[in-house]
Amino acid sequence: MPESSLVRETVRGAGAAGPESLLDVRDLTVSFRTRQGVVRAVDGLSFSLAPGEVLGIVGESGSGKSVSVMSLLGLIRDPNARVEGQALFRGRDLVAMRDKDLRPLRGREIAMIFQDPMTAMTPVYTVGWQIAEQIRAHDDVSKRVAHERAVELLDEVGIPDPRRRVGDFPHEFSGGMRQRAVIAMALANNPSLLIADEPTTALDVTTQAQILDLMRRLRVEHGSSIILITHDMGVVSDIADQVLVMYAGRAAEQGPKKDVFHRPRHPYTWGLLDSVPRPRAERVRRLPTIPGSPASPLDVAPGCPFAPRCRMRHERCDERPELAGGPAHVDACWLPRDRRQELRREVVEAAVAEGDPGDLTEHGAPLDASTPPAPEQGP
Amino acid sequence: MAMFIGRRAAAAVFVLFTISVLVFLIFFATPGVDPAARIAGRNADPATLMQVRHEFGLDRPIPIRYGLMMEHLFVQRDLTSFVNRGALVIPQILQAVPVTLSLVAGAAVIWMVLGLLMGTAAAARRGTALDPLMMLLGVVGVSIPVYWLGEVVNLLTQSRWHSGLFSWVPPLGYVGLSQSPGQWALHLLFPWLTLAALYAGIYARIVRGEILEALNEDYVRTARAKGLTERRILIRHALRCSLIPVVSLFGLDFGALVGGSALLTEVVFGLPGVGKLTFDSLQNLDLPVIMGCVMYAAFFVVLANAVVDVLYAALDPRVRRA
Repeated sequence: MPESSLVRETVRGAGAAGPESLLDVRDLTVSFRTRQGVVRAVDGLSFSLAPGEVLGIVGESGSGKSVSVMSLLGLIRDPNARVEGQALFRGRDLVAMRDKDLRPLRGREIAMIFQDPMTAMTPVYTVGWQIAEQIRAHDDVSKRVAHERAVELLDEVGIPDPRRRVGDFPHEFSGGMRQRAVIAMALANNPSLLIADEPTTALDVTTQAQILDLMRRLRVEHGSSIILITHDMGVVSDIADQVLVMYAGRAAEQGPKKDVFHRPRHPYTWGLLDSVPRPRAERVRRLPTIPGSPASPLDVAPGCPFAPRCRMRHERCDERPELAGGPAHVDACWLPRDRRQELRREVVEAAVAEGDPGDLTEHGAPLDASTPPAPEQGP
Repeated sequence: MAMFIGRRAAAAVFVLFTISVLVFLIFFATPGVDPAARIAGRNADPATLMQVRHEFGLDRPIPIRYGLMMEHLFVQRDLTSFVNRGALVIPQILQAVPVTLSLVAGAAVIWMVLGLLMGTAAAARRGTALDPLMMLLGVVGVSIPVYWLGEVVNLLTQSRWHSGLFSWVPPLGYVGLSQSPGQWALHLLFPWLTLAALYAGIYARIVRGEILEALNEDYVRTARAKGLTERRILIRHALRCSLIPVVSLFGLDFGALVGGSALLTEVVFGLPGVGKLTFDSLQNLDLPVIMGCVMYAAFFVVLANAVVDVLYAALDPRVRRA
């Protein structure tokens, strides 16, 4: 098999630790012991991140996105969880580190913001108190100085009247403001890596755009690297430099954003991209969907995990494909690499033809609702 | 704030009125319960009965009798006992209140400290032997009846080991705080511990449960991602938020105990508190005293509820503006 030698080479290539990389994750595996046996939520994930770079991790719910980044900071407290592999941050392996040694890194070197801003802050303390707590956890400064810095940070993330709002409790903030406050808290110690786990999912669209703007500014002004987890391809195309598409705990495709968006290779990536309405593209009658539902981590197909939902499935798919096709852009699929664009069109056509008005997209919204309004539909 | 206090006071008056009517009806209008027969003594002839009825105003219509009793209790404050003729009710209660307050307040301090310590320690050391050990201790405390524990404590400290280990333990009874603070504490030490044993067990379990629940909250994950120490996460975040339901429960328990629920402890340790007074008056069907005690108890329960609401607002900023 000519591909197998290629496979080994490119896997090494994809996870290679350049001297310039800030975070280098190699073969990260997170498994949970359950009554039904050992479940691998993350299976052999590798990626690296240069300073100032933005990595977008995309995938449907349950694909292991959050678990993989939470495991980096030791935030998985489940005693049945097991994290294996390597995650070198500035040359130190986060996975092997003890909690005691990891703690000074959390919030200072690597900050994290979570999906739901409604519950992310302790309800009984003011926003300013919580930001000051973040500052004082790592910097030996007085309460006054920390408070002043909290006001500055709130101002920086665009909270109006920060001197007054710093004394508000989280419940007195709106959702978007809370997410800004959480971001302000995450920025308090100038972290070199910011991990954002679906930071915009719980927010409305205009607020989403503002939060993304804010994150883009951060990267310019603070020079932080960002790992952005999302299921929204639009968000990724907006802000990411590198893209990692995850399916069932494994990387389906990864590479520079340009390559992944312009020449997507994995049928799963096709599905994600084609289910987003494109206002300027030729209008399709119905948005294509990915058939079936995301693989349960309890029951991942032994071959290619995406095979049960793939329209291009063939005998080869009973064997698990490794990431290949490198050096920078790799995918885990057995389809011939030179015919992928052709095949993608076939898949889209088949999906549109099959589409049924009662069908649901992966976001759970009725198909017609997500179809862009076209001039012909007007009165 | 003034609105809040005003509304609270109005609600309290309404609750007290309702309770007084209910108690009055239970004791004075229940068929088969005839206070006059009780007062007149066994086998009293009808003439005596009539005379007693007239003397105590028992032959007048019920609403008037209720009004008269309330007037004596609250306006003239000269309500007298049916059983011990001439004994005023209010001074009896006022005399019993400090005893009960001393007992319950001291026990409350002990059980809150113990409950918080044990519950927090058990939650923090979950998965180690300490957690089930603490909880077992709690269950033992909850399961032992107060009167049994009290009697055993008395047996050991007053009799069996009194000549040795416990020779410093004073005899049963109560010494006022203003008379001698040292003796006050010494007399109350074992009653405190006995009463606290029950509640410490309950509170340890509640605190543990609340903390474990809080530790699963998103804000704890945020706190951890901030790089705070585990101790700070546990105490400043998880325990702090767990206090909100614990405090409301505490207020209710405290109010009920001050209102007379510490009866068993009072009886076992010979403390002349409100519980004991209520108990004795119930045995004699001494209606004015019963009424006084019930009113006093209801007042404390209502007061405790109001204090809990204020504390709740202090602990939880989310309810402040409501």
